[in-house]
Amino acid sequence: MFYRAHVLVEMTSGSIALGAAQLKEQLEREIARLGLQDEVKVLETGSFGAAIPSPFIAVYPDNIVYAPVSVQHVRKIVEEHLLKGRVVKELLFIGERGRDVTAFIPLSPMAKEKRVVLRNCGLIDPLNIEEYIARDGYMALAKVLTEMTPEEVIEVVKRSGLQGRGGAGFPTGLKWEFTRRAEGEEKYIVCNADEGEPGTFKDRLILEGDPHSVLEAMAIAGYAVGAREGYIYVRAEYPQSIRHLEVAIVQARERGLLGERILGTSFSFDVKIRRGAGAYVCGEETALLESIEGKRGEPRVKPPYPPQRGLWGKPTVINNVETLANIPPIILNGPEWFRGIGTPTCPGTKVFTLTGNVNTLGLVEVPMGITLRELVFEIGGGIRGGHGLKLVQTGGPSGGTMTPDLLDVPMAFDTLPRYNSALGSGALTVIDDTHCIVDVVRNFAEFFLHESCGKCTPCRVGNRRIVDILERIAKGLGTLEDLEKLSYLGHYMKATAFCGLGQAAPNPLLRCLEFFRDEFEAHVREKRCPQGICAMKPQAQPKKTLRV
Amino acid sequence: MSLVYQDVEAVIAKYREEKTPLLCILEEVQEKWGYLPRDVLGYIAQRLEIPSSTVYGVATFYAFLETKPVGKYVIRVCRSAPCHVRGAMNVLETLKKELGIREGETTRDGKFTLEVTSCLGVCGVAPAMMINDVTYGNLTEDRIREVLAFYRD
Ligand SMILES: Cc1cc2nc3c(=O)[nH]c(=O)nc-3n(C[C@H](O)[C@H](O)[C@H](O)COP(=O)(O)O)c2cc1C
Ligand code: SF4
Ligand code: FES
Ligand code: FES
Repeated sequence: MFYRAHVLVEMTSGSIALGAAQLKEQLEREIARLGLQDEVKVLETGSFGAAIPSPFIAVYPDNIVYAPVSVQHVRKIVEEHLLKGRVVKELLFIGERGRDVTAFIPLSPMAKEKRVVLRNCGLIDPLNIEEYIARDGYMALAKVLTEMTPEEVIEVVKRSGLQGRGGAGFPTGLKWEFTRRAEGEEKYIVCNADEGEPGTFKDRLILEGDPHSVLEAMAIAGYAVGAREGYIYVRAEYPQSIRHLEVAIVQARERGLLGERILGTSFSFDVKIRRGAGAYVCGEETALLESIEGKRGEPRVKPPYPPQRGLWGKPTVINNVETLANIPPIILNGPEWFRGIGTPTCPGTKVFTLTGNVNTLGLVEVPMGITLRELVFEIGGGIRGGHGLKLVQTGGPSGGTMTPDLLDVPMAFDTLPRYNSALGSGALTVIDDTHCIVDVVRNFAEFFLHESCGKCTPCRVGNRRIVDILERIAKGLGTLEDLEKLSYLGHYMKATAFCGLGQAAPNPLLRCLEFFRDEFEAHVREKRCPQGICAMKPQAQPKKTLRV
Repeated sequence: MSLVYQDVEAVIAKYREEKTPLLCILEEVQEKWGYLPRDVLGYIAQRLEIPSSTVYGVATFYAFLETKPVGKYVIRVCRSAPCHVRGAMNVLETLKKELGIREGETTRDGKFTLEVTSCLGVCGVAPAMMINDVTYGNLTEDRIREVLAFYRD
């Protein structure tokens, strides 16, 4: 059937939280009321990124974006735009610098933006494989299966310089090569969609907006390393991602793009979804494998690493969602193209999620090497309420703490460690200067205490003690000695915790103890919270305070 | 065989082909029955031929698996930093006041259980909470009351 117009409704967890489902219902109702259902089709789409507030409606082929829209706007849009062809000016989304977004979709609202992994998000209906295929979807898979050997695929990925986007930045090509070389008939590809790092939601938007890009990449990885089976481990908090993946897998199987003898070649590959059950530590790759194996999600001893012994003891590639979404474009455009984006030592783009006290919340994909100043003040529109910047936590609590003196450091996997920081998952949590550092650090510490799996003592007990001491300080009962204890505990945990969770947990604490020393001292010496957030009253002292 | 066990049998049958189906089975049984009663865990252990201590260990490890009865609607309030710095504490306080319960408790009519959780991955609309499968963002006192009213009747 031919439709003269397509109306795309942003359907992501974020927009559903703001009523997108009701919006879509209302649209369909109004369209039916005016008898337009055979002329206008309503579709669901993913996010457009930080530039456009949620929820939005886009009308094609007119390239008009209305945002943010609510149910009471729908009648006007349908009557005026869809029936009479008149743009509803007052609901039109006006992009940055007053530019009309009528030109936004094919171009880009933000000069710095560069879309590789989000190439299709917000532009296609993720529930319709045709639309993915129409934008070169599964072309990369066809290319590797018909024109390339597995070794050549690995070579291309290696030459591209792609590094894992799950946080650690390990070279993806090398990981694939180790797995290919490992002995064994049975091998697995695992996609890490556990995305638990607070402040991160890029993987969700990729899965909701473009699930096929991840499936295609998993099949390519399977061909490269010699695996026939893949698992996507999705956190339980993402039912919408799971729904889109389920539909995508069925559609890909129907077209012979997953399953037996893909595209008529001798290569077979299929993907299954596994749902997490609310445990942050399961994002750690070996804990994730334990969880797929139906056990408690406790990390394993490394080495052996998953490329040697992974799922059910077999060689396994584990890659993050964003890492995988980079693969099809790299195959199609070549490694040199990829190296042309970002920095020489850290090529490609990064999806950042802007959260916290910044004016524009959302996600944006930009070349590696961008600075925090550009991210927070240009793209994010600066700090909310005209306050000053206290810090930006990059990559979630496990990542790095960037203080205002580091705003001009280029953001990349290799640069941030020089400042005791880390790029991590790309989460950016902006915290303004009305917040108390003790309160902020305690929030991070409580996260780790809550999420510690309890397997090793430094993490299980260390986090408990850190939280206890910080609570004491917030009640005005802290001493200078407590600050020394915090620092001692932090270093001790870094050196002795069993897995990345416990090793990274003290990072924000240690950095803040140093940088915000004055503020900590005001709490313990003068019994004063400069920001007036801590109660500084001793009445409810914890009954059992562990002593170091 | 009781109704529960029949259901459990159906779920076990569904995952017969899987190598290690325990977590899948627990998730799906819980979806049907709201939580995982002890005797059901024992039954699953027996049927899969794994120690019941192992099954219990798994059931108590994951935050989304419940071994005690919970309300019809489980409210999970995000308390991670991006929500925290946008007023997550007020969300929790409002919910406590509206429901008359503390975190970890269930209302007397068995309707709501209140829990706190780590990041829900919708920090773009912080502060946020999840009620069963549905996420709600940009929460204010008014919006929380609106949402609760929807679930109350
Ligand atoms: C405590 C902890 C949590 C993690 N959580 C995630 C996660 O949610 N998603 C993810 O992709 N990687 C996570 N990682 C990193 C993974 O262990 C692993 O490095 C990654 O999935 C590898 O994929 P990549 O090479 O494509 O980045 C976590 C690591 C640790 C130590
Ligand atoms: S460091 Fe923490 S999360 Fe990691 S194994 Fe030890 S207790 Fe578990
Ligand atoms: S909470 Fe302490 S300065 Fe504030
Ligand atoms: S921090 Fe609350 S949803 Fe991410």
